[in-house]
Amino acid sequence: MAFREALSQLLQPDWRKREWLVTMRSAGATALPLKMPGNYPAGGKTNRMAARTLYEKIWEAHIVREEPGQPTLIYIDRHLIHEGTSPQAFAGLKAAGRKVRQPQLTFAVMDHSVSTKNRLLPVLDADALGQFEALARNCEEHGVHLFDMHSKNQGIIHIIGPELGITQPGQTIVCGDSHTSTHGAFGALAFGIGTSEIEHVLATQCLTQFKSKTMKIEINGKRPRGVTAKDFILTIIGKIGIAGGTGYVFEYTGEAVRGLSMEGRMTMCNMSIEGGARAGMVSPDETTFAYLEGRPFVPRGKEFQVAVDHWRSLATDPGATFDETLTLHANELAPMVTWGTNPGMVTQVTDRVPDPASFGDPVDREAASRALVYMDLKPGTRIEDIPLDRVFIGSCTNSRIEDLRAAAKVVAGKHVSKDLKQALVVPGSRRVKVEAETEGLDKIFRDAGFEWRDAGCSMCIGMNDDVLLSGERSASTSNRNFEGRQGKGGRTHLVSPMMAAAAAIEGHFVDIRDWKNADGAE
Amino acid sequence: MEPFVKHTGLVAPLDRVNVDTDQMVPKQFLKFLTREGYGRVLFYDWRYLPGEKLNPDFVLNQPRYKGASVLLARANFGCGSSREHAPWAILDYGFRTIVAPSYADIFYNNCFKNGILPVTLSNEQMDELFQRAEKQKDYRLTVDLEKQIVTDDGGLRYEFTIDPFRRDCLLRGLDDIGLTLVHDSHISGFEDKNLRLPVMYDPVDVKYHKQ
Repeated sequence: MAFREALSQLLQPDWRKREWLVTMRSAGATALPLKMPGNYPAGGKTNRMAARTLYEKIWEAHIVREEPGQPTLIYIDRHLIHEGTSPQAFAGLKAAGRKVRQPQLTFAVMDHSVSTKNRLLPVLDADALGQFEALARNCEEHGVHLFDMHSKNQGIIHIIGPELGITQPGQTIVCGDSHTSTHGAFGALAFGIGTSEIEHVLATQCLTQFKSKTMKIEINGKRPRGVTAKDFILTIIGKIGIAGGTGYVFEYTGEAVRGLSMEGRMTMCNMSIEGGARAGMVSPDETTFAYLEGRPFVPRGKEFQVAVDHWRSLATDPGATFDETLTLHANELAPMVTWGTNPGMVTQVTDRVPDPASFGDPVDREAASRALVYMDLKPGTRIEDIPLDRVFIGSCTNSRIEDLRAAAKVVAGKHVSKDLKQALVVPGSRRVKVEAETEGLDKIFRDAGFEWRDAGCSMCIGMNDDVLLSGERSASTSNRNFEGRQGKGGRTHLVSPMMAAAAAIEGHFVDIRDWKNADGAE
Repeated sequence: MEPFVKHTGLVAPLDRVNVDTDQMVPKQFLKFLTREGYGRVLFYDWRYLPGEKLNPDFVLNQPRYKGASVLLARANFGCGSSREHAPWAILDYGFRTIVAPSYADIFYNNCFKNGILPVTLSNEQMDELFQRAEKQKDYRLTVDLEKQIVTDDGGLRYEFTIDPFRRDCLLRGLDDIGLTLVHDSHISGFEDKNLRLPVMYDPVDVKYHKQ
């Protein structure tokens, strides 16, 4: 009963009580019967001695109910929601007379449609306003944490989860957004879900899932200068295709991946879905723990050590087997630029736009032809000769502090090409924005002719007023170059932040490796 | 959810690979609060010319496919964004079933939550269906989930496989959440052993109430 009492205390929708809790916890109080973070049983009916992958360990530790011939019921540790895909889920809940089972495990933020300009002005888009209000109302009604558009912690959901330490190794994390795979960088099992599943998680804190196959993606060697995590993942998608990972969970490993910062690992995991995999993961290590230490939702002191000991045990065991393996060497990698209408249509910056006739498979040939018509590109055009209208540095893929630092280093002391209509920097969160401003990055960007904006999804999805106009061409650090993604008729080329920054200066793509201020020298 | 047992209907062919959910429902239509009414905007940018005039070049706009309820599609159908607006639009437009060689994971899953049957056939079988749909006016298919077969009036008979649990849920039109809540004691048992509520060590400006 003590547990239930403590639980009901925690569920009080009054955050001052939580502050008390915070004090107690940081003073080392252990009165509350909360398990230590990550303290799940090793779980499962499997042979404990068998070498297991990170995915298998998390999966087994979250099994609520298993029945032969049925999908498994797994527990969800963190549920992230935003204004775009959640209103219908709350409406469904209400219609069925159900409640949110564990409001404390759900975190909400406004990100998809928020303005990146002056947020104190009234929201003019009545539909977007309707969604903001619905989210605020639903969170209030059900006692769900909300970072609204005026919060100091507001930002893109996949940026703020990790940055606040809500995301931790070993967790199951879901969100009504396909880029939820981002959180896998911490050694969590994180994937996107539909609105019906959002409602399911709200009501039950569980999901019925079929176990995925696993693919090990290993990049050996050291990351070359001017080549980033974005180029890693674009290369992988180019190799396996955008459906290559369907049915799989990726685990990224190898020296080049281990050498990446958490920001870089998040960029890779973020785009796992563009390779067809619902989730991508990296086994947690010292880089992970160092990133997490001291973040608002991460345990402190002795508890942190306990957590780290557990997190360390999650890493894939030596000798664990995967269903598939893909091995690359870092020295084959180069800065990448997409030329088509999906992220698998990608090539190295020194290459040319491919001739559709060069594709062996008639299906690929036709898709490439259609893509080149949409993109208004001729086969054989040098990638570096493609002129640009707008440059966008932002999105849940590439808008973290490290991305902004790398881009700022490239543009410092230079100016955006006069051929460009717009160059936009949209920090992923308000925390990133403040950090960048403290370092003076905003000034570097502004001096170079970039616009410096408030945090949100912005031109990655174009649900606010940051859009490409029909026929315009962008270099974008986002994740999707689908037809119309950034605005109807808009043409998107996906690149890394350094590549986008250099392209903004020159007005067309350039090989960042030729610039002396390219980051990432090893 | 409406059960899916057997359906016969006019076939519309969408002969493109990698059709992503951004094409099914573009972003400007993701700002609503309901699940209904998305049929009008299905494939919006392909279907309409400026001023919402029907684009005569888009296959679904051809008069012969008006009223279609079986959609033929190509590989990796529904890739990209997790938006459930995509299956909502497909259903609202009038499609009860999709027949394709493969689907993206999230979209595939979302179909079952909305009573849409995504049938998987081989590339060769799909080629045959596309040809027949092209050649024969008013080409109709019967998709029988109970028997797991696709048939037409011309003697075509393709068997398909589907996960038995998903099949059962569709056949009976079961409510997923209701199904899970039957196991409430399992969930509570798991929570008693494992639940870890997030602890905020540094207060951040989370709020429950609109200011």
